[in-house]
Amino acid sequence: MKLRIVVTLKNGVLDPQGKAIHKALDGLGFAGVNDVRAGKLIEMDVADDTGDTAIDEMCRKLLANTVIENYRVERA
Amino acid sequence: MKAAVIVFPGSNCDRDLAVAIREVGGVAPDMVWHGDSELPEGLDLVAVPGGFSYGDYLRSGAMAARSPIMRAVTDAAARGMPVLGVCNGFQVLTEAGLLPGALMRNAGIDFVCRDVSLVVDNTQSLFTGGYDAGETISVPVAHHDGNFFADDETLDRLEGEGRVAFRYGESVNGSARGIAGVLNAAGNVLGMMPHPERRIEKAHGGNDGRRLFEGLLAAVA
Repeated sequence: MKLRIVVTLKNGVLDPQGKAIHKALDGLGFAGVNDVRAGKLIEMDVADDTGDTAIDEMCRKLLANTVIENYRVERA
Repeated sequence: MKAAVIVFPGSNCDRDLAVAIREVGGVAPDMVWHGDSELPEGLDLVAVPGGFSYGDYLRSGAMAARSPIMRAVTDAAARGMPVLGVCNGFQVLTEAGLLPGALMRNAGIDFVCRDVSLVVDNTQSLFTGGYDAGETISVPVAHHDGNFFADDETLDRLEGEGRVAFRYGESVNGSARGIAGVLNAAGNVLGMMPHPERRIEKAHGGNDGRRLFEGLLAAVA
């Protein structure tokens, strides 16, 4: 089973990388970009019988720092 | 006095920390590999060094915080063992849950590498007893992810309980309330982004960091 785990900074947490990307897009002349947030994508291939609890635990214990980040699991 | 410095793959300040402990305490610390699962017997201090453990992959300090030795460090800290984390070591201690909050990318994005002024906020701790209250010292920083973040409730609690050890005397990285170093609730764990171990010799540009080690090593000896 293929998983895509999307880790993003929580709302309200300053995202300097997103701000830099936003500024660069402005510099390229793309108008109408209201906000940019940068995150990270972790792709995993796991055994088909891997349970939701285990996946959730992987996210909370290592893949995301839940003090500052949210995560979302997508199953391919 | 018996100290241990944890050695993670990629760390580049473990030797500096060992030199500072040896110079001030007179005894070379044990260097303990991250893959070990036990600390040496009879320790008085564990030091978690700075410098890109595991290449800063995933998040700074995230992988190191899950290494086998950190379980032993966490257990020792719970029993009251003094633990000092500097720079990446501070990040490791927050990632391991030994200290609150998280260290995020610097607000200005740039890697900051220079001397900064630090105000000693709490001189009653094991780590800061060598300083005078409200004293301003000069210590170098070298980090990309030193922007301390915690929610307002946590920040209020840290301030209310006197757990802010150091604050920046100037704008450095966007840290919440200018916090540069924090203590755990029991006061035996300190994490700080600046590098006191790089300021123990006047010949190296100053020795304001030396008193941290003098105060700490005198307290634990």
